[in-house]
Amino acid sequence: MTSELDIFVGNTTLIDEDVYRLWLDGYSVGDAVALRVRSGILEQTGATAAVLQSDTMDHYRTFHMLERLLHAPPKLLHQLIYQIPPSRQALLIERYYAFDEAFVREVLGKKLSKGTKKDLDDISTKTGITLKSCRRQFDNFKRVFKVVEEMRGSLVDNVQQHFLLSDRLARDYAAIVFFANNRFETGKKKLQYLSFGDFAFCAELMIQNWTLGAVDSQVDDMDMDLDKEFLQDLKELKVLVADKDLLDLHKSLVCTALRGKLGVFSEMEANFKNLSRGLVNVATKLTHNKDVRDLFVDLVEKFVEPCRSDHWPLSDVRLFLNQYSASVHSLDGFRHQALWDRYMGTLRGCLLRLYHD
Amino acid sequence: MPGKLKVKIVAGRHLPVMDRASDLTDAFVEVKFGNTTFKTDVYPKSLNPQWNSEWFKFEVDDEDLQDEPLQITVLDHDTYSANDAIGKVYIDIDPLLYSEAATVISGWFPIYDTIHGIRGEINVVVKVDLFNDLNRFRQSSCGVKFFCTTSIPKCYRAVIIHGFVEELVVNEDPEYQWIDRIRTPRASNEARQRLISLMSGELQRKIGLKVLEMRGNAVVGYLQCFDLEGESGLVVRAIGTACTLDKLSSPAAFLPACNSPSKEMKESPLVHPPSHGCRSTHNSPIHTATGSRLTQNFSVSVPTLIYTGMGSGSAGKEGGPFKALLRQQTQSALEQREFPFFTLTAFPPGFLVHVGGVVSARSVKLLDRIHNPDEPETRDAWWAEIRQEIKSHAKALGCHAVVGYSESTSICEEVCILSASGTAAVLNPRFLQDGTVEGCLEQRLEENLPAGCGFCHIPYDELNMPFPAHLTYCYNCRKQKVPDVLFTTIDLPTDATVIGKGCLIQARLCRLKKKAQAEANATAISNLLPFMEYEVHTQLMNKLKLKGMNALFGLRIQITVGENMLMGLASATGVYLAALPTPGGIQIAGKTPNDGSYEQHISHMQKKINDTIAKNKELYEINPPEISEEIIGSPIPEPRQRSRLLRSQSESSDEVTELDLSHGKKDAFVLEIDDTDAMEDVHSLLTDVPPPSGFYSCNTEIMPGINNWTSEIQMFTSVRVIRLSSLNLTNHALNKNFNDLCENLLKSLYFKLRSMIPCCLCHVNFTVSLPEDELIQVTVTAVAITFDKNQALQTTKAHVEKSLQRASTDNEELLQFPLELCSDSLPSHPFPPAKEHLESASSNSGIPAAQRATSVDYSSFADRCSSWIELIKLKAQTIRRGSIKTTVTVEKTSPMGEGNFRNRSAAPCANSTVGVVKMTPLSFIPGAKITKYLGIINMFFIRETTSLREEGGVSGFLHAFIAEVFAMVRAHVAALGGNAVVSYIMKQCVFMENPNKNQAQCLINVSGDAVVFARESELEVVSTQQPAANCQPACTGGEVTT
Repeated sequence: MTSELDIFVGNTTLIDEDVYRLWLDGYSVGDAVALRVRSGILEQTGATAAVLQSDTMDHYRTFHMLERLLHAPPKLLHQLIYQIPPSRQALLIERYYAFDEAFVREVLGKKLSKGTKKDLDDISTKTGITLKSCRRQFDNFKRVFKVVEEMRGSLVDNVQQHFLLSDRLARDYAAIVFFANNRFETGKKKLQYLSFGDFAFCAELMIQNWTLGAVDSQVDDMDMDLDKEFLQDLKELKVLVADKDLLDLHKSLVCTALRGKLGVFSEMEANFKNLSRGLVNVATKLTHNKDVRDLFVDLVEKFVEPCRSDHWPLSDVRLFLNQYSASVHSLDGFRHQALWDRYMGTLRGCLLRLYHD
Repeated sequence: MPGKLKVKIVAGRHLPVMDRASDLTDAFVEVKFGNTTFKTDVYPKSLNPQWNSEWFKFEVDDEDLQDEPLQITVLDHDTYSANDAIGKVYIDIDPLLYSEAATVISGWFPIYDTIHGIRGEINVVVKVDLFNDLNRFRQSSCGVKFFCTTSIPKCYRAVIIHGFVEELVVNEDPEYQWIDRIRTPRASNEARQRLISLMSGELQRKIGLKVLEMRGNAVVGYLQCFDLEGESGLVVRAIGTACTLDKLSSPAAFLPACNSPSKEMKESPLVHPPSHGCRSTHNSPIHTATGSRLTQNFSVSVPTLIYTGMGSGSAGKEGGPFKALLRQQTQSALEQREFPFFTLTAFPPGFLVHVGGVVSARSVKLLDRIHNPDEPETRDAWWAEIRQEIKSHAKALGCHAVVGYSESTSICEEVCILSASGTAAVLNPRFLQDGTVEGCLEQRLEENLPAGCGFCHIPYDELNMPFPAHLTYCYNCRKQKVPDVLFTTIDLPTDATVIGKGCLIQARLCRLKKKAQAEANATAISNLLPFMEYEVHTQLMNKLKLKGMNALFGLRIQITVGENMLMGLASATGVYLAALPTPGGIQIAGKTPNDGSYEQHISHMQKKINDTIAKNKELYEINPPEISEEIIGSPIPEPRQRSRLLRSQSESSDEVTELDLSHGKKDAFVLEIDDTDAMEDVHSLLTDVPPPSGFYSCNTEIMPGINNWTSEIQMFTSVRVIRLSSLNLTNHALNKNFNDLCENLLKSLYFKLRSMIPCCLCHVNFTVSLPEDELIQVTVTAVAITFDKNQALQTTKAHVEKSLQRASTDNEELLQFPLELCSDSLPSHPFPPAKEHLESASSNSGIPAAQRATSVDYSSFADRCSSWIELIKLKAQTIRRGSIKTTVTVEKTSPMGEGNFRNRSAAPCANSTVGVVKMTPLSFIPGAKITKYLGIINMFFIRETTSLREEGGVSGFLHAFIAEVFAMVRAHVAALGGNAVVSYIMKQCVFMENPNKNQAQCLINVSGDAVVFARESELEVVSTQQPAANCQPACTGGEVTT
């Protein structure tokens, strides 16, 4: 006696959250059944393994049929085939678009292309996430990217509107899209200590201040691309380190203000010029795409690492950066105060976030 | 020109990409009704076209309005080649044809294609302007309302219940026409869908005409079925109950309206006759149809119970003039009708006076091409024959009517089994004719009757019992005779007193048969049928005893014929009726008593059985009140009353003693284990596992003993197909496979729905089919309803008190009734309490009555039958010893009495989300009130695929299709302005596959009533007795008595 066909269709589509998770995690029906058995469900419910197998198959089939709709979540809301309560719809979508930290760190800033997709095997081996799940997550990134790529308006809003995600998740996707678009390097060994949250935080600041959308909210791609004009202008900051008088003046202003307030004052004083050169040089190089990609590598190399090797506490870093940005306003010979603020305001936020072990 | 149909095509959405190059579609729409077609403009390059068309107007006869569906086709415009069809929508405009239903159909309909399934949606508005046509000779029957619901719909009151209407139409099946060889599968499917749609429209119109002829205005319990006879054609047939219904205008009117029937309820027991009986006669009339191939009529008629002088004579003798009169009246009312059948399963209070038992008839026919579709006489004659059979069975049971009546067929190749079954009953004439005895009814208002047991009393005369049954005095009223077991096809009457909870009981059976052709095949099937019926009954009886229960409701026996086997599946809901005696246990007797180890084995089994019974009693809370000798005649303190009591009982006092001698309180049902088969039978009895705790199941509308439904419902359909390994198939292996299939299916359901616990699966409806040699397909549709456990306890307690109180009042009222008997006007006393005789009761019984009932009167069968009858007697005749105590049960002390049913507290209402359409096989929505019926939904779909693997195999294909069917039903209901489908049923789910060709095809037919419901909390609560679950008017009626 073999079961040829075995289905269950409810007027309200039944969604089992546990099975959904197993499905999202890319387990095969067999593995999922085994995992469920291990969870002790048979003892709790008095069911048999055959029942569990049939139940799991059924849920998997339902999810498989829903997947097409999940690719365009508004369709899930308007379709008539599956009657699903709104709270469940939200859960289905949110979970479907959720991603693993380990996975996102691997692909963050990479081009969402076929080439990367081919590397998913390695990522799967490395992270222990099933290949199926990796594919889903990768395809999600790519799908969101494609949809919002050329839209006008706020990136987060666009993601939210077209994928009906929660605010939190929409922001994460905005960061992923932004990183993928600008191809920021995040995979270097030096950057391994950074979490996705760190990058997402920086992405949000950059989107707010450094993109076209920051000055004009009526352009295409406004949140995706950095403001080219702004990057061009950043060259003007060169004077802060190139002009020796200006550099000295800047240093003395900072040192005067911080004397006695900084635990690492002497180290700061000794390193000021190096640090300042580092920060300003990062700005002036941003006209080259290659250097834009290396932004985070540079920030870590030029600022985070030197400070860390001198054991600056975070509070000192904060005091220093505040003073360092603010003092520029007192430099009489310097004319690009607004530019400096747009640059340094964001950079300061990013650096503080990046500064940890 | 009596009607103008107006259609507007608004927009489309989610259309499929039809042009690969642009990834877009140039869509336009064709709107067709009859022979007229309109087109919209092409809306270029969009997947969400906005046509916003003008109103397309069709001027048509109302006859066409009834027959024809509105056909909307969405196409992709193609400049160079033929336009591609995207899909179609068929809209049945019938709901727009009667005044109280929907006025407009407007909404998003899924665009359906038989090959691709749903492909986007289209927004359509449909209206009808109808001009009244008073032409007496008209062919249309616009305005007659149709309901699938098998009870009087909630917002109506039954003025008259006219009775049975039936009709059938036949045609050639397009799938089998020659043209099918050259057209595409899509064209063929569409031809079929359209034809069936047309035929159902025509059928409905014809039934409507019959109703108008009877001066009714509605059909209740409308059941339409298709017989796909293959080569020989396509039959669409329908049965229903014609009624005159009155709309209850406002919610306020609801209550009074319900009350009025309740008066009658009280009255009817008064009236009452000897009633009841439990037993199902099943005898199978077996016929082989005459095909043209047969030279002579080869008719194996199995007939029939031979009964001696029936009913009315004896009633007259004892009953005095009143009863006789009433009986006459009723009979004449019914005898005017050819078939006094009612498709209803629940009735206005007082309608059902007594229940006799299940009557069924089957007949095996050979299909032959239908030569002239306009005169489907053969099919008509077949059914007429079967109905006649049923009618005579009912008569034999002393009943003049059949309720809970249904008909079905099972077809395999050219052999067809026609089946009909119902419950023989005695009805109150008041609903059956005009000019009723309204006056008397009013008078009766104050009287009361032993409610809750009247229907159990035997309707036949115990001196001339149609079958040997074991009668006792009713445990409730102590005045009338009741059988020891009662089988019925109806729902549990709302006023029935039930102890504990009920449960789903199934008998499952397979029989191998040789492959054969034509007559030989029909004969083989005919020969097997009686044995199958007998075994099904035995199984049911055993399982019922094992559950410690004494009555079955909603019994449905399905016999399915396949190439090489027959399958029988009987489902029913077992309950413990307080009026019936406590069932005895099951005793096992071995054949070889001297073998020690064998004995031991037997005693071990016996112990297991006893344990199971005890466990079940606990599980289903069956603890009937102990009857103590002293409290004869119920708690009546006053001497005055007592004397009356004596008087009222005096008539039967002699018998009481006799009873004492002849019956055991605990009569055991003996199972003789004489061979391995029997052993296995016993084993299989014990393999049925009860549902996990927190779960209950039944196949009736509501679960006896549960009364506080909460509003969460989940309707579902589950389908399983298993492939039998063809090697060495034996009956035994087959039975086991089938049994496992059903049990596993149930287990899966319990597991899937575990999040709803505590909950009850209601209206569990199993359908078995045998699509191919080694395939068994089981389809289940049911609804899971949650209930509140805590609340249950509270109400139960409250009710115990209440019912105790009530018991005494009831008794008082009861006592007055003999006096009033004399003073009352004649017509209200149809059936006076009959004198009871016990002699016959002492005969052997406990045998599923049916078998014995069939004394066979035709030759070839006779020997065999009589021998099996003997066998049964041997098996079943058991030690029925002991005596029944002559005490009276304290009336209504049972905690789970009717009171519970009535007082469901309004369920807490849950959030209702916009756009949700509920579906349920029940006639009500828990925690809500149906405010409007919008019309009948009757849809037929075909889905076919040539890429089975790509669609997820057979499971993926069917899963998607059923989901699509649900979606289309919901969309139609929503477009009518409704938010639920009640009395939903999947009448057919025919699935065929050919994995080698990567193909599959499925036909599904569903129906139900589209309704608008409102949550009780949203309405001003009209009364607490508008119970969530039990909305028959009956329930309110009961309340009045308290």
